[in-house]
Amino acid sequence: MEPLLAILVGVLIAAAIYLMLDRNLLRFLFGLLLISNGANLIIFAAGRTTAGRPPLVPDGADAPIGSVANALPQALVLTAIVIGFGLFAFALVLALRAYDTLGTLDTTEMRLAEPREEEKDT
Amino acid sequence: MSWLLAFPLLIPFVTAVPCYFYSDRPELSARISIAGSVAALVAALILFFRVSEDGVVAGQMGGWAAPFGITLVADMLSAIMVVITSLTGVAVAIYAQGEIELEQSQLGYHAIFQALLGGVTGAFLTGDIFNLYVWFEVMLIASFGLLIIGGRAEQIDGAVKYVALNLVSTILFLSGIGLLYGVTGTLNMADLNAAVANSEKQGLLTVIAIFFVFAFAMKAAVFPLYSWLPAAYHTPAFAVSAVFAALLTKVGVYSLLRVFTLVFDLEGSFAQGLLLWAAILTMLAGVTGALASTDIRKVLSYQIIASIGSLVLGLAIYSPLAIAGSIFYLIHNVLVKGALFMSAGVMTKLTGESDLRRMGGLYASTPVFAGIFLVAGFTLAGFPPLTGFWAKLMLVQASLEASALIAAAVILFVGLLTIWSICKIWLEGFLTAHADGEAKALHQMGNDRFVLMGPIVGLMVLLILMGLMPNYFIGLAQTASDQLLNPDLYVDTVLGVSQ
Repeated sequence: MEPLLAILVGVLIAAAIYLMLDRNLLRFLFGLLLISNGANLIIFAAGRTTAGRPPLVPDGADAPIGSVANALPQALVLTAIVIGFGLFAFALVLALRAYDTLGTLDTTEMRLAEPREEEKDT
Repeated sequence: MSWLLAFPLLIPFVTAVPCYFYSDRPELSARISIAGSVAALVAALILFFRVSEDGVVAGQMGGWAAPFGITLVADMLSAIMVVITSLTGVAVAIYAQGEIELEQSQLGYHAIFQALLGGVTGAFLTGDIFNLYVWFEVMLIASFGLLIIGGRAEQIDGAVKYVALNLVSTILFLSGIGLLYGVTGTLNMADLNAAVANSEKQGLLTVIAIFFVFAFAMKAAVFPLYSWLPAAYHTPAFAVSAVFAALLTKVGVYSLLRVFTLVFDLEGSFAQGLLLWAAILTMLAGVTGALASTDIRKVLSYQIIASIGSLVLGLAIYSPLAIAGSIFYLIHNVLVKGALFMSAGVMTKLTGESDLRRMGGLYASTPVFAGIFLVAGFTLAGFPPLTGFWAKLMLVQASLEASALIAAAVILFVGLLTIWSICKIWLEGFLTAHADGEAKALHQMGNDRFVLMGPIVGLMVLLILMGLMPNYFIGLAQTASDQLLNPDLYVDTVLGVSQ
């Protein structure tokens, strides 16, 4: 299962990088979404996949019986998903505001903070 | 024991709550922020003095034993960083009272500022690598908020670049943590020390180390990953620029110092060569950018990059003196950068311009402020007996002892160019006449001038004292450096504590 996950992560991150190299800010954000999902899958695969053994402790026992799925990477992925979605929500609203204020989503056209040489007043 | 560690962390977040509820009353909100920052400083100093006696202080959060639970741990480096963070917090909180208007306060400036300080403190105190990622994110999202308060077109432009590049770096950090967990099975940094050293997959660990180098280097603004810094730091309010300049990149440097002494061994590895050349190029790129820029905050932003280069150089050389030099430089840099950015704010208020070619006449109108700025500039440039000199001396000596002759030459050359850059600011900003008006004098700013100049003067007094009596601080830096290079005390304290 892990080799399959590794290939999936590779495809996701390749697609993400292709999108993030685009000029359009919205395509960059789509790429960001894909790459954060890729990173979450890396953590998930690092915990080694097990089939059908949830990390639950049976009634009356102190610890899970036999080998079960690793609960820690699941917790890490959940945290990462939540953090990622919070940051992405901010980035989306920022992109919307950038379109309103700067009039464009083309990042090569956004040169207010660092004007090009010809545009600077001497 | 764990309360000592929790207080510097809790106080900023607890302060953020009333700051937010009273955001309609900027004066009250600012005062709560200042009070909270002072309380955090007191907690940080108590922690520092306990660490000075005990060496390393560790506590387990939630009572879960190490290495399974999350550890908060303060060794000398962490304690020093927490103290200077809270010191910067007090200084900028006082400065913000003079600068932040109703509209900015209503958007939650003071609350987000305290959350930023909390995130930075958390990053310095944590002993768990995933928890470090979480604190990075807290700090990052707070910085996003502060960056765009005000909403001017320039800020949005700078924010887009800042957000995009920093999000990429956090994804890299997260991937590195995932892979590291997959190889070693643990997230606790003290446990990772043994796990990484004893692992059979050293090749994979080298690759993972490079993930971390990229992630922290982007956070620390190392060549060639620094372009987000000059794109964004000169756009927000001056109080925001000051806290960004003083603290945010230093968290990246701290993480490099922590992860590459505790988790990965840098000696002779691929990462060491990479960091060495990156540091040298960073110093050169930073100071060149500073000379090429004309907006006062852009010049200072590029100087941050040059200083980061020196800090990373100390780590890359990896000798006790080099790392001690880095830590001393870190203390000096946080304080002087905060002072310089706050001075830039005062300069802009007095002249109404932020471009150096248009501002001027400040020496004629306010010689006192001009003198204070000059001392700050000389501290950065490294004139004896100010702190920059001692820091550069330690780094140059360490480079020569390690036969890194190019590094030593570059440090000295960049020091010369930094002096040139400070002289440019002095000449264009202070001595030549104003482009189309008169520069105001300090007393014309009204009562604001005390809250604006007070923190600058306070930080400069601290720096001058530090420069005149460097032995104590160099001793602290050497203790911290020894603890970093010989992490046995750290590891034993963390794994041995039970609550």
